[in-house]
Amino acid sequence: MIGITAYGAYLPRMRLQKKSIADANGWFDASLNGLGRGQKAVCNWDEDAITMAVEAASDCLGQDTRDSVGALIFASTSAPFLDRQNSVVVAEALNLKTNGLRAADVTASQRAATSALLFGLDIAAGNSAARSVVVGSEHRLTQCATREEMLYGDGAAALSVGSEKVLAEFIASHSHADDFIDHYRADGSKYDYGWEERWVRDEGYMKIVPAAVNALLTQAQVQASDIAHFILATDQDRVPAMLGKELGLKGDAVADNLLGTVGITGAAHPLLLLAHRLEQAAPGDLILLVGFGQGCDALLFRATDAIQSKRPKYGVSGHLARGRAEENYNKFQSFNNLLEKGLGKRAEVDKQSYLSAMYRNKAFTTGFKGGKCSACGTVQIPKHRYCVNPECGASETQLEYPMSGATGHIATWTADELTFDFNPPAYFGMVVFDGGGRLMMDITEVDPEAFATGVEVDLHFRIKQIDSQRGFRKYFWKAIQVQ
Amino acid sequence: MASGIKDKVAILGMGCSKFGERWDCEPADLMAEAFEECIADAGIDKSQIEAAWQATAIDTFNVGPGAIPLSAALRLPNIPVTKIENYCASGTEAFRAATYAVASGACDFALALGVEKLKDMGYGGLPQRSRGVTNDLFFPNVSAPGAFAQLAAGYAAKYSTNKEDLKRAMAHISVKSHANGAKNAKAHLQRSITEDQAMRAPMIAEPIGLFDCCGVSDGAACAIVTTPEIARSLGKHDLVSVKAIQLCVSNGNESGFNDWDGSYIATTRHAVKRAYAEAGIKNPRDEISMTEVHDCFSITELVTMEDLGLSADGRAVTDVLDGVFDAEGAFPCQIDGGLKCFGHPIGASGLRMLYEMYLQFQGRAGARQLKDPRLGLTHNLGGFPYQNVSSISIVGRHEA
Repeated sequence: MIGITAYGAYLPRMRLQKKSIADANGWFDASLNGLGRGQKAVCNWDEDAITMAVEAASDCLGQDTRDSVGALIFASTSAPFLDRQNSVVVAEALNLKTNGLRAADVTASQRAATSALLFGLDIAAGNSAARSVVVGSEHRLTQCATREEMLYGDGAAALSVGSEKVLAEFIASHSHADDFIDHYRADGSKYDYGWEERWVRDEGYMKIVPAAVNALLTQAQVQASDIAHFILATDQDRVPAMLGKELGLKGDAVADNLLGTVGITGAAHPLLLLAHRLEQAAPGDLILLVGFGQGCDALLFRATDAIQSKRPKYGVSGHLARGRAEENYNKFQSFNNLLEKGLGKRAEVDKQSYLSAMYRNKAFTTGFKGGKCSACGTVQIPKHRYCVNPECGASETQLEYPMSGATGHIATWTADELTFDFNPPAYFGMVVFDGGGRLMMDITEVDPEAFATGVEVDLHFRIKQIDSQRGFRKYFWKAIQVQ
Repeated sequence: MASGIKDKVAILGMGCSKFGERWDCEPADLMAEAFEECIADAGIDKSQIEAAWQATAIDTFNVGPGAIPLSAALRLPNIPVTKIENYCASGTEAFRAATYAVASGACDFALALGVEKLKDMGYGGLPQRSRGVTNDLFFPNVSAPGAFAQLAAGYAAKYSTNKEDLKRAMAHISVKSHANGAKNAKAHLQRSITEDQAMRAPMIAEPIGLFDCCGVSDGAACAIVTTPEIARSLGKHDLVSVKAIQLCVSNGNESGFNDWDGSYIATTRHAVKRAYAEAGIKNPRDEISMTEVHDCFSITELVTMEDLGLSADGRAVTDVLDGVFDAEGAFPCQIDGGLKCFGHPIGASGLRMLYEMYLQFQGRAGARQLKDPRLGLTHNLGGFPYQNVSSISIVGRHEA
């Protein structure tokens, strides 16, 4: 049996209230007012499709050994790099065993993640020992005062695919390629350009999806009425229910699109909705997952007896509950560089990344690995030639010591209004790790009311610095207060 | 056991430029201004100087690299000149080098000059700059006030200090320094402030407000040193001699090993212990007349009082509020106005502190003159509380 063996999700904590967008832009386009209900998850300035993928995959893998992962497939249409394999950054931040690892980026369609999932299932079918992690992550930019701005959200979801302890057995799939252009984003464009919704609905969803789904159900010899979960990611709110009716599905099988709580997370959305539904599935449930975009991927799963025994630490529900309402529309635009904002002279410092230095330091900077002295057991980060324990001081005794999963406590800190930061004040402080070691580091997503000396923190992979001159970005780990 | 530097070297002359926003001056002008005062005070000819050290910390932003700026600014007679950079201790480092050169017998007259021109950046505060190729990969996004503000968090946690009391003590430190600086024509900031002003000033880095920060200025200061014997042979009386100069540099312990709580500066404690030993000081509270410490931020001065042993650990808030370090107190601190009022042209600061000591011992400090000072201590602290360079100089009347 092959199928889904674990799942996880990530939503940025910042939840932009859509009313704030409508309030700002309704004077220009009154139709936006009708979309101004609910909220959408939006990236902090230091988050992107890579960092969210790391979060979602971490939620998926939990405490599982990461050495068994043989493939990391990353699906996104908003990856920060066009040529620098995003999946490899994710894999190294996850501390996967990179020797022997297959890594791939799947992109250029809203069904990139379902296609990536099919590749993962193919790997499992060909080599049952290989475990694949498939992660969808999306952070799309939107133009001011557009329908897309009201509807799109940011988020990520990850699935582990393999043959051990399967939670949802893969039954069958059907794919269909069709250059139906509901929207596109050409090379060099920042934003999507879409066509009339009614045409997309009538000629697209309502024709392409039923054809693929019916082919799948016939192949699998399953009745539509037996489907317990129907997942279709779309930014057209009413389409899933319309399709459910057209296909003859039970009404409660149609998954909520999370339009009012998360927004549509693009290529990540099919996996995000699937992860949400897996939390609710019972053994034996049939799950129909559809990815739509230049055709259609339809996949059928059946939940096993293990479905309720293994849940992610957060999952979609956990992240839905962790949101923080944000009413500052300007902050959203600033974080996404959608405004010509004067950042001040302190922002003008050259942020060149010296790639040779980055490469030799990446076990520390990407993997957050420190050193542990084999002579005295002292932990230090970064790793160093000499042990930092003044009682020891041994040389060449440092064993590589992974610390990205560590928790720690804040010994000293401040909120800095002077230094340049995209979200001032900049918080940083001395983190003393519970398992040993300490590091002065940036702290992100601070709630000023709850933050204090001594609070517990854990570690998250985030954007450290953006080099807008060259279009590059550095990543490093930041501390976040544990809730 | 080495005998140390005590009384082997005397200050022959000193000079200090006006500190401030010297918009119309090049670094060379500042150097010349300090040097003209110094060489006239020393009473020797420029051609007699045999070696020189130039302290500049952020050379790429102002003075320029290498030691040519000093040599060319003063048209020194093709002598060895060395540029020294060691964070905020740079000025004291130049003085240490010149002192050691004389003590070793390598030369009879040596010049130490510190200069910095910070006010060409186009904005307030120190320049935002790269920390280096590798450090930029992981260093936190920290400004100088942000680094030092954390002393307050560490200190308050250790001693369960009430936030309001700590902030009030910090304000008192700034009020005291402004009161002193108001009597100093060479200071950048010469206005008194009130405790209320300091407490309510805009926040820079929690809990450091604007008035908890020293100024940012242009300036230069210098010293010519020689042996006490040569100084006397030149007809000098009331000699001021060097009793100790010590330096301590972090080795990664505070930042990487879990035995530092962030409430004090470990390097200052190492350096001052060695300095007291070198100077033969048994009980600093009985022997030190005054201090000029590195008050880059008020909280730095507060913990430094404990690091120097002038306050017992955990007592600095009370001592500060009791006025122990005021001009009329037991241990006047920053009698010239400190970094607070002079600002901190980094390379110049250590020498500017020694300049005030020198004036005080010679009874030339005017309205600021303390009664009969015997020994004075200067202190510099560069870098961050968790990894830094700390220097201590002790100078005093030459009574050998």
